[in-house]
Amino acid sequence: MDAEAPGAWHEIVCDVLKRHQVKLVTYVPDNVLRPLIEAVHADPFFTAFSCAREEEAVGIVSGASMGGMRGIVLMQTSGFATLPNAIASLAVPFQIPVLMMVSERGTLGEFNIGQSLVARTMRPVLQALAVEHHTMTRLDEVEFIIDRSITQAIATQAPCVFILSPLLTGGKVFAK
Amino acid sequence: MSFAANHPASRDQAKMMNRFDITKRLVARLKHDEAVIGGIGYTNFDLWAAGRRPQNFYMLGSMGLAVPIALGVALAQPQRKVIALEGDGSILMQVGSLATVAARRQKNLAIVIMDNGTYQITGGQLTSTELGADIVAMARGAGIAQSAWAADESAFEELIELSLREHGPWLIGCRIDKEKPADTTERDPPRIRDQFMRGLGVKK
Repeated sequence: MDAEAPGAWHEIVCDVLKRHQVKLVTYVPDNVLRPLIEAVHADPFFTAFSCAREEEAVGIVSGASMGGMRGIVLMQTSGFATLPNAIASLAVPFQIPVLMMVSERGTLGEFNIGQSLVARTMRPVLQALAVEHHTMTRLDEVEFIIDRSITQAIATQAPCVFILSPLLTGGKVFAK
Repeated sequence: MSFAANHPASRDQAKMMNRFDITKRLVARLKHDEAVIGGIGYTNFDLWAAGRRPQNFYMLGSMGLAVPIALGVALAQPQRKVIALEGDGSILMQVGSLATVAARRQKNLAIVIMDNGTYQITGGQLTSTELGADIVAMARGAGIAQSAWAADESAFEELIELSLREHGPWLIGCRIDKEKPADTTERDPPRIRDQFMRGLGVKK
């Protein structure tokens, strides 16, 4: 590969996570996240596995964080909608730097009305809880946003959410 | 399962014990800085009352996450035994976590379920365990083969000793009465987290 050319978004995410020793990846799967999920499974640096619910995935990363192992939770927007209680009663008050990455459904060509409705709850929840979050839309900003935000999350003992816009990932295309 | 030969086959056959009493019996057996995650409500109130340990984590909200939090600690510190103390109402809320624990084959993890068949802290409404659901059978079905009801206090102590000595994951079901907890946990999350991390040697 050309040393000057940036890799795919999921390659950049993998590299930055490794640089910051983020070893644990818990997730509820999503189609857009698939290349990242496959990459972390293929790399022995990571401990990666699926969970039954996103809350569970946040609990596991919270426990690991307190035990000295950094982690990130991967999910889609509808999964994030199940998390306000876990974020408000665990990650925020206990000051645990839980990293979360959300594949954004519900916008820019959504075909499922349920997804488009639930997606509108995400940013108001994050704002209400004053949780740091960034929407990544371009390949050239992915490295900077994740690198700086992990540093900040650890230093300030606060959770952080990375939102993967369809502008970055291509999103999920209407199949019919 | 030979280890379960002397344990009751179902919840109905287990002796009704007292939560504070068996929590004290558990804590008395912890000799190697084992981590204990106390689920929300009376489960962690009695853990608090049983004596402060820097390796105890007391949840204040996020109902159902004692097992996931314990699994996370166990992943981060594979040399340390980790125990999740959880209530019946709470584990019913996050029963999928039992399958995750089983799939990880987490050797250093034990789960203790305090089952009084009620949401006691909210006024004693019945949970489904009082109406026929059997947490130990559910755990076995999820893949935690080493799951058993404690017949009585001495059987509970034996199971705890076994879970601290042998590879897990373990699930120990405890049928308990509806006594009030002996104390109330101090609700100071940053302090709880900070002391826990120092207790685990993560912070100096």
